[in-house]
Amino acid sequence: MRRFSWFNATSLTLGFAFLYLPMIILIIYSFNASRLVTVWAGFSTQWYGTLLQNQSFLDAAWVTVKVAIASSTIATVLGTMGAYVLVRGGRFMGRTVFSGMIYAPLVMPEVITGLSLLLLFIGIGLDRGIFTIVLAHTTFSMCFVSVVVSSRLVSFDKSLEEAALDLGCSAFDAFRLVTLPIIAPAVISGWLLAFTLSLDDLVIASFTAGPSATTLPIRIFSAVRLGVSPEINALSTIMIAIVTIGVITASILTKRSSLAKQNDEQAAARTS
Amino acid sequence: MRRFILIAVPFIWLMALFLVPFAIVLKISLSDIALSIPPYTPQLDLTEGWAGIKAFFAELDFENYVFLTQDQLYWKAYVSSLQIALISTILTLLVGYPIAYGMAQAPDEWRATLLLLVILPFWTSFLIRVYSWMGILSNEGFLNQFLLWTGLISTPLVILNTNTAVYIGIVYTYLPFMILPIYAALEKMDGSLLEAAEDLGCSRLTAFWLVTIPLSKSGIIAGCFLVFIPALGEFVIPSLLGGSDTLMIGKVLWEEFFSNRDWPVASAVAVILLLILIIPIVLFQRNEQKQREMDQ
Amino acid sequence: MAQTVFAPWDDPQAKPLIQFKNVTKRFGDFTAIENLTQDIYEREFFALLGPSGCGKTTLMRMLAGFENTSEGQILIAGQDMANVPPNKRAVNMMFQSYALFPHLSIWENIAFGLKREGKPKDQIAARVDEMLRLTRLEKFAMRKPHQISGGQRQRVALARSLAKAPKLLLLDEPLGALDKKLRQDTQFELMDIQEKTGTTFVIVTHDQEEAMTVSSRVAVMDEGQIIQVATPAQIYEAPNSVYVADFIGDVNIIDGVATPEGDAYHIAWAEGQAPFTAKTATRFSEGQRCYLAIRPEKVGISADRPADMANAVQGQIIDIAYLGNISTYHVKLANGQMMKAQTANTRRLSRRSFTWEDRVWLSWTDTAAVVLEN
Repeated sequence: MRRFSWFNATSLTLGFAFLYLPMIILIIYSFNASRLVTVWAGFSTQWYGTLLQNQSFLDAAWVTVKVAIASSTIATVLGTMGAYVLVRGGRFMGRTVFSGMIYAPLVMPEVITGLSLLLLFIGIGLDRGIFTIVLAHTTFSMCFVSVVVSSRLVSFDKSLEEAALDLGCSAFDAFRLVTLPIIAPAVISGWLLAFTLSLDDLVIASFTAGPSATTLPIRIFSAVRLGVSPEINALSTIMIAIVTIGVITASILTKRSSLAKQNDEQAAARTS
Repeated sequence: MRRFILIAVPFIWLMALFLVPFAIVLKISLSDIALSIPPYTPQLDLTEGWAGIKAFFAELDFENYVFLTQDQLYWKAYVSSLQIALISTILTLLVGYPIAYGMAQAPDEWRATLLLLVILPFWTSFLIRVYSWMGILSNEGFLNQFLLWTGLISTPLVILNTNTAVYIGIVYTYLPFMILPIYAALEKMDGSLLEAAEDLGCSRLTAFWLVTIPLSKSGIIAGCFLVFIPALGEFVIPSLLGGSDTLMIGKVLWEEFFSNRDWPVASAVAVILLLILIIPIVLFQRNEQKQREMDQ
Repeated sequence: MAQTVFAPWDDPQAKPLIQFKNVTKRFGDFTAIENLTQDIYEREFFALLGPSGCGKTTLMRMLAGFENTSEGQILIAGQDMANVPPNKRAVNMMFQSYALFPHLSIWENIAFGLKREGKPKDQIAARVDEMLRLTRLEKFAMRKPHQISGGQRQRVALARSLAKAPKLLLLDEPLGALDKKLRQDTQFELMDIQEKTGTTFVIVTHDQEEAMTVSSRVAVMDEGQIIQVATPAQIYEAPNSVYVADFIGDVNIIDGVATPEGDAYHIAWAEGQAPFTAKTATRFSEGQRCYLAIRPEKVGISADRPADMANAVQGQIIDIAYLGNISTYHVKLANGQMMKAQTANTRRLSRRSFTWEDRVWLSWTDTAAVVLEN
């Protein structure tokens, strides 16, 4: 039994207003004609125009996307391997160390991760640039991928893999033909998570990026330190819009497929 | 053989890019600052063989840690970080619990949407979410405009660049981390438990206090740690919303490294921060472990 | 019409398909299988029956190759199976959860093992179609596993494991997930398919009725050991121990002391009561402790003492369980021992002769009971 009271309604309304009002205000004022960000002076899309002509933003955005695609893809491969080792690896030397290394980066302050990686890169004389950011992002996001994928693997019916072996698959074929297709949704969400983490990251990128590579968050951070600017509002609006469309589409797709599955199951139960 | 490769690849990757860097931080925290590239001494010189290694270890010392205890800035920064993280965790709990509770009580057909609304900010840039408050909290910002318009105040409040702004920033950005575990705990709860409590003579309020709160305890604990742990080492929020007197250890570390270029001290700051963090991390893991065992 | 009885285990010339030779399996400190030796013959329908944790599933998983033996040997068709991985064995398994691949259609599920063998496409298609016909699934070939019912899924799992025409098929609680009515129909279908394909079936089950119905021989297991292996009729009529007698069906166990008396034994069971008489092939010495096991349906119930029965004892009806076709009477004997007697309800309920509290006579012949040592 659920009792939805006035108190519940009020706390939900206020709560979601708190979560969303700042972003809504930001979006509205990205269409403000005035450079003064808190005074409304009519509707205009001029800041989107200046943003698109700002080469340093465009360059930074391009670097960020390249880093995010590369690091999230490597992180997905490594993270899935890590998850498989955690859940199905059995006992091996250093298992505790391994699971520690998978979970620790999740709670590690970014400043420490960034500092330690930078000291490593300098120590081995690696020139900082896109490559070092990719290495850094891969390292912490593979742990997030591992957690997402391993939680799916834990609930995975082991007898499916055994059935594949029983029907003549090698261990690798069993993974490729049975396990991977079934856990694919978790692997994809792991990739998306790694991609977003990489897009968002400011602190670790600041440590590991050299002067040759500036990512979008680094560029935004140095701009907003000086105060609010309408170009940044416009940029934020574009980023919020992309994320919102992506998340809503994904949730509609998953909902639709789970509904379809539910209907199928009900139909199957009726015909038996 | 395949199993060996499967284990070795992620293992070696994490070893090289997670564990070894820590060893380096630890080592540099024991070194001294120097006007060289890289800016610390001693450097390990393997060309001199065993004598070089011995000389290297002889020069390592705890000088930087002694320095951290002597300079007021550092231990004040640790204390103030702990204080800010603690207060904002409590504030986040106070804001987040009613929302999680409302979500759990909401009709079934709303819940997927409400959950989506809580998760959406997760995927939105952290930096942008912090930035969005700069325009609201500044002296001529929307909050002051609104309050002046209602007549509640006559002169603008100074909020931006104070600790208050940092609290608001932390509560805002970490709110979903608090709501989700509490909601997960409340959602599992059987509604007939409350009816049973009332049947046995509880009022609605005492039933909430004696049944709902204890049953959502694990969610509350998980949520608090999920806010407290990252808030402690936070850098973006204090540097954008906080003022020059806002002392947080993440910010101190950043400045020590980038502005003062004192790598050994920055490393020592990082090591101490890590030692402080171990306690809540272990407690958090234990809570998760207990929860998993109960679920089985 | 002369028909030879299928009983290769009685033929000393027959070569067993599966041989367990002193097999022991340990998991850490726990011994799942202890020094087990057993032969299983070609075309047998062999049931491993026992409570959960008795080691029956471990035995099956060792045949499939998912577990190794700690000691001893397993031979299939004379070949030692140690170090032969599951994918290299001519053995297939039907899993308890069916383990149907959810991302593949029914057709693709059945074809999965055949494709691993790298057979030509037309051969695969022909074999899959044959399997679909055998299990009456032609209509569902293109559906996904979640689009069919539980009973159909069970048949897909069977078709998939039979597709490679294994020498040996292992079935792990194959009917456990089905409801009772469907289970009974499926039992006969399983027997039918086993006969048609001529495959050797080894089935693991905890359901004694299922084991009795389908199998040619039943092995009753307990704590890592096989207690008795025999045909269902032998297991039921001539259990070799109290454990087996008690595990299969309903039984009355009476504790007593044997005294040889001609070609039978007198069994003293209570102070001041006449001893029971029973015939048995087992030798008992004077004064040896023994147990009398009598199936309830072999115990007659009557108002007066029957004259021609070897054993008769008086008691009072405490409880009556009416099951429609039969009724079970719980009767308390003079020494407080409870005994069950079963009668077929050939008459209408209203004309039933006994009711609660009635004093009645229970009786049985001298060959109705089995005398057991332990």
